[in-house]
Amino acid sequence: MAARTLIQFPATARRGEVVQVRVTIAHPMESGFRPGMDGRPLPRDILRRFACRYNGETVFSAELHPAIAANPYFAFHLVADQGGTLEFEWQGDHGFAQVERRPIQVA
Amino acid sequence: MRRARAAVLALLAASAWAAPGDARRSGFEDMGASTQAMQREDAMNPAMLWAAEGEQLWGRAPSASSRSCAGCHGEPAALRGVAARYPAWDEALARPVDLNTRINLCRQRHQGQPAWPAEHEQLLSLETLVGLQSRGMPVAPRPDPRMAPHAARGEALFRQRMGQLELSCAQCHEERAGGRLAGSPIPQGHATGYPIYRLEWQGMGSLWRRVRGCMAGVRAEPFAAGSVEFTQLEAYLANRAAGMAVETPGVRP
Repeated sequence: MAARTLIQFPATARRGEVVQVRVTIAHPMESGFRPGMDGRPLPRDILRRFACRYNGETVFSAELHPAIAANPYFAFHLVADQGGTLEFEWQGDHGFAQVERRPIQVA
Repeated sequence: MRRARAAVLALLAASAWAAPGDARRSGFEDMGASTQAMQREDAMNPAMLWAAEGEQLWGRAPSASSRSCAGCHGEPAALRGVAARYPAWDEALARPVDLNTRINLCRQRHQGQPAWPAEHEQLLSLETLVGLQSRGMPVAPRPDPRMAPHAARGEALFRQRMGQLELSCAQCHEERAGGRLAGSPIPQGHATGYPIYRLEWQGMGSLWRRVRGCMAGVRAEPFAAGSVEFTQLEAYLANRAAGMAVETPGVRP
C-alpha cells in the first residue's frame, strides 16, 4: 500500500508568482540505532531522497539521514511560470519508492 | 490586593482555548511557537495523515457482508459534536464508554469484526477523524445522572496517591501545574486535543497512552485501556475541561 501523503500548494497561481509547497509523507524513519523489544537493533528503514519536479524539471531535492524524525515534512518555494504537473518522489531503504502527481494551474 | 492580583493573573492566563477569565489553560499555550504552528496549520500537522487514513476507512466496508461507517452514519461531518461529549453511557454494557471503546463496539456489533487492540493505527485514525469533526466546539459532557457516580469515582482516582512514588494526578496537574518536571512544563492536564501527535512518540496516541506514561512514571500499574476505572477518570477529565475548546488533533512535544 502506498504511504499516506499530505501535499499542499495553491491550486491556481498567477504567472511568475512565488508559491509555497508543503509536503508530508507517513514514514517511520527507523534510524537503525534503536533497540527493539528483543534488545537487538531494529534494521534501518529511512527515506534517502526526496525530489520535486515541475513539468519534468527538478526544482527541489533533498537527501535524508537517520536523524530526521518520522513523517518528514518539507516546505519550499517555486516560481509558478507555467501550468502543468508537480511530481513528488520519495526513495528509501528496502526499495521504497513513491511518486505523487498534482496539477498546478497558472493564469 | 492579593485577590485582585490573582484575578489579573487569571485574566492574563486566559486564552483562546478557554473563555476569557477562565484560569484553565490548554497545554497548547505552553508549547513553543513552532510546535503551536504545527498544530494550527493542517498542512503541517502530521496528525492529518491519520485523519486522511480515517477518511479512507470510513468509506470502506471491512468485509463483503458488512457496512462501512458511512453506510450507517453518512458523512463523517454527521458526527460533529460527538467527540465533545464522550465518554458517554452505553445502554447494553450499562457502563460509561470512551470514544475508542465506542468505535470498537460499533465494529463488533454492526460490522461483525473483532475489536482492534488499544492504540491500533486504524483505531487511532478513526478516532482522529471523529475527533476532528468536533474541533473548536466546547467540551460538553451530557448531564446524565447515570454518569455522575462514575465521574465522581474518576475524581477520586484523580486525587488518589498511587504507585511507589505515591503521587496523585492532582499533585502535579493542579498543585504544581505551571511548574516544571525535569525541564518540561507541567500542564494542567486538560485532555482536549486527543488523540494527539506527540513529537516524542513520532506518532499518534490516545489519552490512554498518555496516562499510561504518567502512571508508569509514578511506578503505578497503569489502568487497562477501555477499563471502567480509566473511563471514569476520562469522565472526570471531561467534566473538568467542560467548556474548553476541542483541539483534536493536537500536537504536543
